[in-house]
Amino acid sequence: MIRTPLRPLARILDARAKGENPDAIERENIRIRHEEMRDRARKRAEGRLLVLGVMFTCAFIVIGGRMGVLANSEPSEPRTSVAGAQILAQRADIVDRKGRILATNFETHSLYAQPPQMIEPERAARELAKIFPDLKEERLLKDFTGKRKFLWVKKKLSPEQKQAVHDIGEPGLLFGPREMRLYPNGKLAAHVLGGASFGREGVHAAEVIGVAGIEKFYDDRLRDPALGHKPLELSLDLSVQAATERVLHGGMSLMNAKGAAAILMDVKSGEVISIASLPDFDPNARPRPPTEGNPGDSPLFNRAVQGVYELGSTFKIFAVAQAMELGLINPDTMIDTKGPLRWGKHRIRDFRNYGSELSTTKVIVKSSNIGTARIAQMIGVERQKQFLESLGFFKPTPLEIVEAEGGKPLLPPKWSELSTMTISYGHGLSTSPMHLAAGYATLANGGNRVVPTLLKQEGPATGPRVLSRASAQKSLTMLRKVVTEGTASFGDVPGYAVGGKTGTADKPKERGGGYYEDKVIATFATVFPAHDPKYVLVVTLDEPVETSGDEPRRTAGWTAVPVAAEIIRRVAPLLGLRPEIEPGELADITLTSN
Amino acid sequence: MRSLFYILSAMMVIGLAFWAYRENYETQEAQAEAEQLQREISLARQRLRVLNAEWAYLNRPDRLRDLADLNFDKLGLLPLQPYQFGRIDQVAFPEDDKLPVLNPVDVSNMDEEAAQ
Repeated sequence: MIRTPLRPLARILDARAKGENPDAIERENIRIRHEEMRDRARKRAEGRLLVLGVMFTCAFIVIGGRMGVLANSEPSEPRTSVAGAQILAQRADIVDRKGRILATNFETHSLYAQPPQMIEPERAARELAKIFPDLKEERLLKDFTGKRKFLWVKKKLSPEQKQAVHDIGEPGLLFGPREMRLYPNGKLAAHVLGGASFGREGVHAAEVIGVAGIEKFYDDRLRDPALGHKPLELSLDLSVQAATERVLHGGMSLMNAKGAAAILMDVKSGEVISIASLPDFDPNARPRPPTEGNPGDSPLFNRAVQGVYELGSTFKIFAVAQAMELGLINPDTMIDTKGPLRWGKHRIRDFRNYGSELSTTKVIVKSSNIGTARIAQMIGVERQKQFLESLGFFKPTPLEIVEAEGGKPLLPPKWSELSTMTISYGHGLSTSPMHLAAGYATLANGGNRVVPTLLKQEGPATGPRVLSRASAQKSLTMLRKVVTEGTASFGDVPGYAVGGKTGTADKPKERGGGYYEDKVIATFATVFPAHDPKYVLVVTLDEPVETSGDEPRRTAGWTAVPVAAEIIRRVAPLLGLRPEIEPGELADITLTSN
Repeated sequence: MRSLFYILSAMMVIGLAFWAYRENYETQEAQAEAEQLQREISLARQRLRVLNAEWAYLNRPDRLRDLADLNFDKLGLLPLQPYQFGRIDQVAFPEDDKLPVLNPVDVSNMDEEAAQ
């Protein structure tokens, strides 16, 4: 660039000649030069701003466009990750403690119809009625020829049925994939598993939701996609459960009972190894709840957990154990059993007259109501309430099925001294057999509170101590004597040192007003082996009658006890318990807790 | 010198472009293969689930019990009983077979040989 000189000689000379100030020319030129520089700088700045603006606009357009594309495109799974292969089933399996399947999913198809696409609705209706005998041809025809655009024909199809429908060749009949819940073992553990059904349904998929039992309790866990490949491990043992149900079913029909329940529990961890309630149902085709009759007689009713009954003399051991714990009595203390025992206008009687006094052990062995009531009087109302509450008799059991909430114990509205006396022998307080099993497990494991659970545990759980080891041990010795020399003589299984307590409670009338004369709940709560307890078994029969003798026998010793003994005989080998010779009683040695 | 540099860089650009092109197609191929494998895995798993379900169904206790009853003549299966537990000392030791004699020595006529 050629710079214009600030003082061009020609103009300077010219100005000098005219007598003007030549400096004015210089200033003028400086001014012009500055203006030019300013214009140039502005131009350049404007250009830069423009470029910057274009860049930003482009960037925003790109980002906006990408957002639009992301928002409008179908989401797709990452193509190269390995995580996707894990998620397959929309509901996790349920397995027993040894990994055997109790509930799984099964690929199947549903059948739906789109009448506008149908070519021969009459023939389709006729053929469908032939394949599915439960569908009515007229009804189908009405649906197919009416105004409906869409209808479900069948929720689940077997592969053979699907092929048969396919062979009709009707384009308006369509299949949607379905995952259905399958319980391969049929009725086994039906009350625990509950059942499942479809929730929201679409053509391409349907939700499977749990409707009862553990399926409903753990619905969120089972449906969690992150845990879909991890089965839910239960504490149940399939073979033990099958054997228990089989024997219980046999016993129920032999004893002419209308219902039965059995619970087998590990005394250290509180794991429920088997739990049966009869009559039962098939969770693959869960029946509808009954609309009439007593809901307690429905097959859906879980007698072991939901049913609260007065469980009778099985409660006596708790009163005795507590009295021994408090130091009020010892196994040899003589208790006054002169009857009848009067309290106000009430009288407490024994099944038989056991004489004027019995030792504490004999009170349990002979099952004396009067003796237990006297012991309860020594304990008093408050202490008894506290002890039973610490054993968990006041709240529903925290078992992991939704029905457990329904098994709320019925407590006397006003806990008087009379209540204390009757509750000590199991009347006036209604609990479920599961409560009783947990209570006996507490005695059996040496006095630590047991919380029943249906999930497999890693090891023994140590609950808070509610009873000293010595008192628990003495109670177990008494329970063993009930079998060897008392009311449960049929309960002895050679090699397994069964100890337990029978309980026969009259059934209260549904409409109130006393008890039935000829309807009882017979219960046998056992601990085996008594010298080293591992399991607790509670068997309850509803209205049993044993008719082999001259007169019908209803006591637990004749009904529940033989059934429980047979269950132990069958189940103990399956549990890996080898028969043992019971250690003899050691003289002058007492176990003390440290 | 400068032109050599230009030619070299042009060649490099062409080479890299060719490499990127090939890598791109190889990646796509690998992805397609991975997808195919994923599909196969999920199908295999689905089949495994069905087989597991079928196994559980065929091994349900009711059926096994009925089968044991039906084939009692052949198998003689009964529920496990307490007396069937054995102890290790009830198992007899195996009879120890004498080791075979490979080079028998005739001792009957040794005296005769010594006498000769």
